[in-house]
Amino acid sequence: MVTAAFIIFGLAAIVSAIMVISFRNPMASAIALIVTLCSIAGLFAIMGATFVAALQVIVYAGAIMVLFLFVIMLLNLKRDEFGPEKRKIQRTLGIILGLLLVLEVGIFIQAGLGDFGPSPAGDKGSFTSITELSSLLFTKYLFAFEVTSLLLLVAIVGAVILAKKKL
Amino acid sequence: MLDKVWLVLLFPLLGFLLNGLFGWKFKRGLINLIACGSVGLSFLVSLGVFLDLLKLAPEARHFEKVLFPWVVSGSFKTAFSFLVDPLSALMILVVSGVAFLIHIYSTGYMHDDPGYVRYFSYLNLFTFSMLLLVLADNLLLMYIGWEAVGLCSYLLIGFWYEKKSAADAGKKAFIVNRIGDFGFALGIMLTFVIFGTVYFTPILERAPEVLQYGGAAATAITLLLFLGAVGKSAQIPLYVWLPDAMEGPTPVSALIHAATMVTAGIYMVARLSALFLMAPVSMLVVAIVGGVTALYAASIGLMQNDIKRVLAYSTISQLGYMFLACGVGAFGAGIFHLMTHAFFKALLFLCAGSVMHALAGELNIQKMGGLKKHMPVTYWTFLMGTLAIAGIPGFSGFFSKDEIIWKAFSSAQGHFLLWFLGAAGALMTAFYMFRLLFLTFHGKSRLTPELEKRAHESPNKMTVPLIILAVLAVIGGYVGIPHLLGGGNRIEKFLEPSFGQVSKAVETHHSGGVELLMMIISVLIALGGVYLAYTFYIKKTELPKKLAERYRSIYTLIYNKYYVDEIYNAVIVQPLKFFAIICWRFFDVIVIDGSANGLAKLVGLIGNLIRRFETGYVRNYALGFVVGVVIILGYFMLR
Amino acid sequence: MPVPLGYYLGLAAIIFTVGVIGVLVRRNAIIILMSIELMLNGANLTLVAFSVHLQELSGQVFVFLVMTVAAAEAAVGLAIIVMIFRNRESVNVDNLNIMKW
Repeated sequence: MVTAAFIIFGLAAIVSAIMVISFRNPMASAIALIVTLCSIAGLFAIMGATFVAALQVIVYAGAIMVLFLFVIMLLNLKRDEFGPEKRKIQRTLGIILGLLLVLEVGIFIQAGLGDFGPSPAGDKGSFTSITELSSLLFTKYLFAFEVTSLLLLVAIVGAVILAKKKL
Repeated sequence: MLDKVWLVLLFPLLGFLLNGLFGWKFKRGLINLIACGSVGLSFLVSLGVFLDLLKLAPEARHFEKVLFPWVVSGSFKTAFSFLVDPLSALMILVVSGVAFLIHIYSTGYMHDDPGYVRYFSYLNLFTFSMLLLVLADNLLLMYIGWEAVGLCSYLLIGFWYEKKSAADAGKKAFIVNRIGDFGFALGIMLTFVIFGTVYFTPILERAPEVLQYGGAAATAITLLLFLGAVGKSAQIPLYVWLPDAMEGPTPVSALIHAATMVTAGIYMVARLSALFLMAPVSMLVVAIVGGVTALYAASIGLMQNDIKRVLAYSTISQLGYMFLACGVGAFGAGIFHLMTHAFFKALLFLCAGSVMHALAGELNIQKMGGLKKHMPVTYWTFLMGTLAIAGIPGFSGFFSKDEIIWKAFSSAQGHFLLWFLGAAGALMTAFYMFRLLFLTFHGKSRLTPELEKRAHESPNKMTVPLIILAVLAVIGGYVGIPHLLGGGNRIEKFLEPSFGQVSKAVETHHSGGVELLMMIISVLIALGGVYLAYTFYIKKTELPKKLAERYRSIYTLIYNKYYVDEIYNAVIVQPLKFFAIICWRFFDVIVIDGSANGLAKLVGLIGNLIRRFETGYVRNYALGFVVGVVIILGYFMLR
Repeated sequence: MPVPLGYYLGLAAIIFTVGVIGVLVRRNAIIILMSIELMLNGANLTLVAFSVHLQELSGQVFVFLVMTVAAAEAAVGLAIIVMIFRNRESVNVDNLNIMKW
C-alpha cells in the first residue's frame, strides 16, 4: 500500500517536474509545478510527516503558486517566442550535465545504501506531533525562527520597492 | 650679539618664504621692503657680530652656537650649529653687505620684469644659502649651503627660462658644478672616515696628529675637496659655466661673482687651511691651478667684446689669484683679495648692468663708446672699479693683489714661476679692464642713433649702491696695508686666529728691499697694461685690427676662448650623449620597455582568451557552476 | 518503513536535477524561478526523509525554514521579474546581459 503510493507519487512528481521545464507556456508549467508540489506533499504524508505535508500544500501549492500564477497573468505571458537558442551548447551541456549529476548522485546513494541501515527508532509510523515540532521550533531554533520573520519583512519591503512604479 | 648669530640666517630665509609664498599678493613696495629689509637686517646683525668679535681678545675670537641637533646616527653626529670666528665673521659681513647693495640695485634694474617677486625670493634664498655655507661649523651643514647655492645659481641663471640660451646656461652651471660637488661630497666622506667627525674645530686641531704630513690620506682628502672648490669657484677645468652664467639678470651675475657662489670655494679652502697644509702636493696643485687660471682667463678676457663676458673672465682670473694665494699658504691674502674683489667686481657688474639698462640690453662694447657724457656716475664708479682691479696703487685691488703676487714669490711654497703667472696675469688684467673702460665710455660714440637718444643715467636706486661700492672699492684695501708701507696689515692679523699655525708656517724670509722691488715691478706692470690699452684704444685705434690680422691664428684661438667649450663638447658631452642614446634606444626601449610592454601584452592576450567565458549571461555562469559540482562529485566518486 | 531511504533520496536527486536542468536550459525568467522551487523541493524531500529515518525532528524544522526562505525568494524574485518586464517588455534572460559592459 505504502509502496504503491510511493510509486504513484514519485512518478507523478518526476513526470510533472519534467513537464514544468519543458512546457513553452508558463501557465502550463505553473500548473505542472502545482502537481509536483502536491505529489511531494503526498510523499511527506506517507512518510508520516503530516504537518510538513500540510504546510507544503498550504504554503507552496497555495500561497507561492498563487503568486506565480498572479504574476504570469499580470504580465500576460503567452508561449515563449524568444526565437532559436543562440548558444546551442548551453542546452546540450545543461542536459548532459544534469544526467551526469543524477548518475553521480545515484551511484553515491547506491554505494551508501547499506550504511543508512534500519531506522534507529524502528518503524512506528507517524511520530510527528505538532506539539513536539513547535516546542522544538520555539526553544532550540527560536533564533532561526525570529530571523525568518526578519527575512520575510525584508522580502516584503523589497518586493514592494521593486515592483511599485512610483513610491 | 654673538649668541644671536642665527638671526643672520633667519632674516633672508623669512624674506624668501614671505616673498616666495605670498609675494604674488603683495604690492611692489612691500616686496622691496621684505627683500631688501631682510638682507639689510641680516647685514646689521652681521655687523653687530663682527664688532662683538672685535671686542674679544684675538685668541678668544672663536664662538660656536648650536641651534639644534640635526643628524645623530651612531658615532655620526651633526648639529645645526654655527661657527663665528674672524674668517666667518668677515665673510658674513661681505656677503650680506654686498648682497644688500645688490638687492637695492635690483629694485631699480628689474622694475619692469614680470618675474619680479620670483626674482627677489630667489635672491633672498641665494643670500641665505651663502650665509649658511659660511657660518656652518661642520662640513655637512656647509655642504647643504654649498648645494643650495648651486641650486639658486641654477634658478637665477635660468631666470629668463623662456630663453633657450638662459635655460641651457642654467643647466650647464648646475651640471658642471655637480662634477665638483661630487668631489666635495667624497672629500667629506673621506674626512669622516679618517677623523670620525665632520666638525671643523676638531678636524683642524687634530689634523697634524691624525694625518701624516704629505701622506696619501691628506692628499686624497684635500684634492677631493679642492675638486669641489674648482667647480664652485670656476677654475680650470671646470670654469666653463661661469661665462655662460651671464645669461641671468646682471645683478645676479654681480651676486654670483662678488658675494656668493664663486667665493665659496676659496672660503672652503681657507677654512680647511690646516688640512691643506698637511698635503704639500695638494697645495702645489691649488697654486698651479690658481696661477694658470689667472693667466689663462685673463688672456681670454683680452679679446672678448661682450661687456659681461670680459668681466666674467676677469672674475675667473681673479679667483685664480685667490687660489694662488691659498696654494702658497697665504690664506689671509686670499681672503683679503676675496673681500676687495667682492667690492670692485660687484661694482663693475652693477655698472655693466647700468650700461645695459641705458642701452636697452646692448652688450657689445664695439657698439658703444663715448658713454662718459651720458652717464657720468656710472663712468666714474666704473673707473674706480677698474683702477682697483688693475692694481693701481692707492686702490683696494693693489694691496690685495700685490700681497698675493708677493707671497707667490716669497712664501715657503712660492716659486718664481708662480710669481710670473700672477704678474703676467696682472698685466693682462690691467690691459683688458682699461680696454673695456675705453671702448665703453671713451672715444667716439658708435651707438645707433636711437640708442644715442635713449642713453641716460640710471635712477638713484641704482646709482647709490654704485657709489657706495665705489667708495668701498677705493678704501677697502686700507685694512691691509702691508708693513712695508707703514701699515699694520690688520686684516691678516685679524684673520690669523682662523688659520692658526698657518701664517707662521709660511713666514716670509725675504728682506724688505726685495719686497719693495717686487712691489715696484707690479706697479709698473699694471701701469704698462694701462698704457698699452691707452695706445691701442684711444690713440691708435687702428692698431688692434692690424695686430689681429697679423696674428690671425692666435687671435682666432683666443677670440674663440681656446675652443674649450667645443673640445668639452666633443670629448665629454658627445660621447656621453652617444652612450645615453645607446642606453635609451637599446636598453630602455628594447629591454625595459620591451619587457614591460611584453608583460602587458601577455596579460592582454590571456585576458582576451578568458574574456570569452565572460558572456554576461547568468545562465552561462550557472552552467560553469554545475560543471564544477559535477567535477567535484566525480572526484569524490572516483577516489 | 517499507520504502527504503535510498529511494526517497534518489527521487529527491532526480527532482533536484530536473530543477538544475531547468535553470540551465530555459530562458523564461518565471520558469527559471519555478525550477529553483523544484530544487528547493528536492532538498526538502531529502530533509524530511532523513528526519523520519533518524527520528529527529530538526529536519522538519529546517523544511519549515526552507519554505519561508522560498516564499521570500519567490516574492522578491517575482517583483524583480515584474520590474524587468516593465523596462524590457520581455522576461527573456538573454536580454539581460548588463553584467558585461
